[in-house]
Amino acid sequence: MTDTLTGPPMVSGDDGDTGHLEELRRDPIGLMARVRAECGDAGRFRLAHQEVVLLTGAEANEAFFRAPDEDLDQAAAYPFMTPIFGEGVVFDAPPERRREMLHNQALRDKYMRGHAQTIQREVERMITGWDDEGEIDLLDFFAELTIYTSSACLIGARFREQLDGRFAALYHDLEQGTDAIAYVDPYADIESFRRRDEARVGLVALVQGIMDERVAEGPPPDDERDLLDVLMSIRDPDGTLRFSADEVTGMFISMMFAGHHTTSGTAAWTLIELLRHPAEMAKVTAELDDLFADGSDVSYQALREIPHLEAAIKEALRLHPPLILVLRKATRDLDLAGHRIAEGTLVGASLSVSNRLPECFDEPDSFVPDRYIAPREDDLANPWTWIPFGAGRHRCVGAAFALMQLKAIFCVLLQDWELEAAQPPETYRNDHSKMVVQLAQPCVARYRRRRRDA
Amino acid sequence: MGWRVVVDRDLCQGHGVCESEAPEVFEVPKREVVVLAERPGDDQRAAVEAAVKFCPTHALSIVED
Repeated sequence: MTDTLTGPPMVSGDDGDTGHLEELRRDPIGLMARVRAECGDAGRFRLAHQEVVLLTGAEANEAFFRAPDEDLDQAAAYPFMTPIFGEGVVFDAPPERRREMLHNQALRDKYMRGHAQTIQREVERMITGWDDEGEIDLLDFFAELTIYTSSACLIGARFREQLDGRFAALYHDLEQGTDAIAYVDPYADIESFRRRDEARVGLVALVQGIMDERVAEGPPPDDERDLLDVLMSIRDPDGTLRFSADEVTGMFISMMFAGHHTTSGTAAWTLIELLRHPAEMAKVTAELDDLFADGSDVSYQALREIPHLEAAIKEALRLHPPLILVLRKATRDLDLAGHRIAEGTLVGASLSVSNRLPECFDEPDSFVPDRYIAPREDDLANPWTWIPFGAGRHRCVGAAFALMQLKAIFCVLLQDWELEAAQPPETYRNDHSKMVVQLAQPCVARYRRRRRDA
Repeated sequence: MGWRVVVDRDLCQGHGVCESEAPEVFEVPKREVVVLAERPGDDQRAAVEAAVKFCPTHALSIVED
């Protein structure tokens, strides 16, 4: 199908009221798959007054991911994030600024070894209270774990030590406050938005408590300072703290957001897929037993190649990308790979549809970790359609950190524990009712301490 | 006949992995990678291949010419 003067064709299913908004809230992947089936590489749908052009396929994706920020603006495309971060906290910076930020911050390659040690410690702490066997809720377990890992790695050990399960629970309410209704009104009077706003107030109160404690204690030794100490050392001329608890909370929420539900969900899905595919689990377990037979260190191995484990993680990412749709706003009339895009249109790339294109991936709906083993390497062969981390200028800057973190988690977990599904394996599923996709409960797994012959 | 290093500037995010892998060929100061030697010697080949492979954004490639 070719574009007309109005741009790419409109997909079926407009309800005559808010267009495709209700379908996006109910079955976003179904909607996006139908756009591709009916319209091809570019098709339109409607969220109330906002038109969206959805791009899929290698050529359109490449044009999307290479487009400069001056053409496709990221910040304007996510109205549901502003009430979460707070007014004035940037959603994202332009690529040039991102590079500068990356240079000085925690995600740089040279810090990874230290982060790997931190993550290993945090996993060990989470499981230290486990009996010889028991059950865990995969959503709760990994969401809490990744609150501790991301706060410890990105903000610092001192701040992490002042957190407990309350922070994770409030953070979860924030993530749940991402209903697509925000495209009509980010402050609509609905339950999930009320809980979102209460959760943010609760987080600010926790951070305020931590700041008050630190003021009372006085500054720590230099080598124990974390990012919060640094922010609290900045004062206005009259001596008051430059950043309020509200502003600090906004910064921390935004720093942790991209790496939280994403890593948590991928850890859960990697485990679920391995539980569904015992032969793959056996490969990974054997690989890890072999790696650690000589007593080598998790933090060392997590930075090196662990082919079968990495392949399982990548395949979980392909089938269950934590972000299913990334969006930009067209700042002017554009031509993207031959598709006409009108100024003001939202332009989206669908990670969940692209990751399963049959022309790019054999058995696109099956869990086949071997597709990443050299020389096949389906991920490298499809740089514009194997896109769980996005691609191009805005590709996830935390991808390397995330992969290292996931490897470290499973190195610790699978060495000493056997896991099994505690519900029919096909019943694990995602909840797609919010823009932030999370595992739907119940999502329970059983663990048992491994018995090994000496 | 030789080989050279090519950087896709749209993709580089300045993670600095290439600098760790092949410090004689790459440097990553602020912003983005600087290629110190566009045509490195063959003794650097293995290090550059590692940099290409482990670049988190797949911004590097080797061109044979």
